[in-house]
Amino acid sequence: MSFNVESYFSDISSGNPIHFYKGNIDSDLINKVLDTVEGKLIKGNEHSKLRKKVYNVLVESLQNLYHHVDKVPDDFEDQTSDKFGILEVIKEENGYRIITGNFVQADNVEKLEEKIKRINRSSHEEITELYKFILNHQRISSKGGGGLGLVDIARKTGNRLEYQFKKYNEESSFFYLNIFVSENY
Amino acid sequence: MEPIIIEGTPKTPTIKFDSSKGEFEIKGRSIPENSVEFYKPLVDWLDLYKESPLNKTVVNIRLEYFNTSSSKCILDVFKKLEAIHKAKNDVEVNWYYEEDDEDMLEAGEDYESIIRVPFKMIEIVE
Repeated sequence: MSFNVESYFSDISSGNPIHFYKGNIDSDLINKVLDTVEGKLIKGNEHSKLRKKVYNVLVESLQNLYHHVDKVPDDFEDQTSDKFGILEVIKEENGYRIITGNFVQADNVEKLEEKIKRINRSSHEEITELYKFILNHQRISSKGGGGLGLVDIARKTGNRLEYQFKKYNEESSFFYLNIFVSENY
Repeated sequence: MEPIIIEGTPKTPTIKFDSSKGEFEIKGRSIPENSVEFYKPLVDWLDLYKESPLNKTVVNIRLEYFNTSSSKCILDVFKKLEAIHKAKNDVEVNWYYEEDDEDMLEAGEDYESIIRVPFKMIEIVE
């Protein structure tokens, strides 16, 4: 089957990739990625405000993968990763782009897309209120997520969440989340 | 009550809860995948402290980063403090943030708007 999870990245021509990972997302891997990228941000002399935003968004994106990825299809190339995901961090002219990808079961696509659309049509004030509402009213789910990750990312970056679902088969789609952290926000 | 002292790690904060002084501190990074596991003993400890608190309790929050999963646990900590305050004891939260870190200031303001305990926002100037 010709399905390449990395093909999405070839459509993104601008910028300089500073980190790429594909495989199992576990706690140790998250530590490693955070360490590596933080080191590069410091080495690149990025302003602490931008550094912190990138770090925060990276934590939430990786932990979103950790808590929410659905299992890989039976005929996918990587059958050993329990929680398969991909991540790329790209340095662009005015900030950093963080792209993640993971499998989502067909049944979960609509719900996830609805959530993103709701965030994307909200103003900054509405997102702040939504964040506070979820913080105060929703318990941590059985998967360990708080349901706040995407809202927090949108709030901290001030940008719309770009995304794409690429159909793998009838049961699974591959979900890309593309976040831009601007140095001017 | 025995104090709780926990050394910080790259993913979990330093904790100093001292009931004899009524001083509590959470400092550093709080970004564990499983934040409930980390915070549950602290919330349980505060449940006990709440039974016989000092007249004045001071809470210092000096976080550099925290993830959204920790944010709910930190709210649980504040809810215990709110109960102590409601029972006519002094409780004061000092929320520290670095001078250019508006996100951390806003996070403190979120809690201030949810929890009925006096908050002081303190800017750390380097």
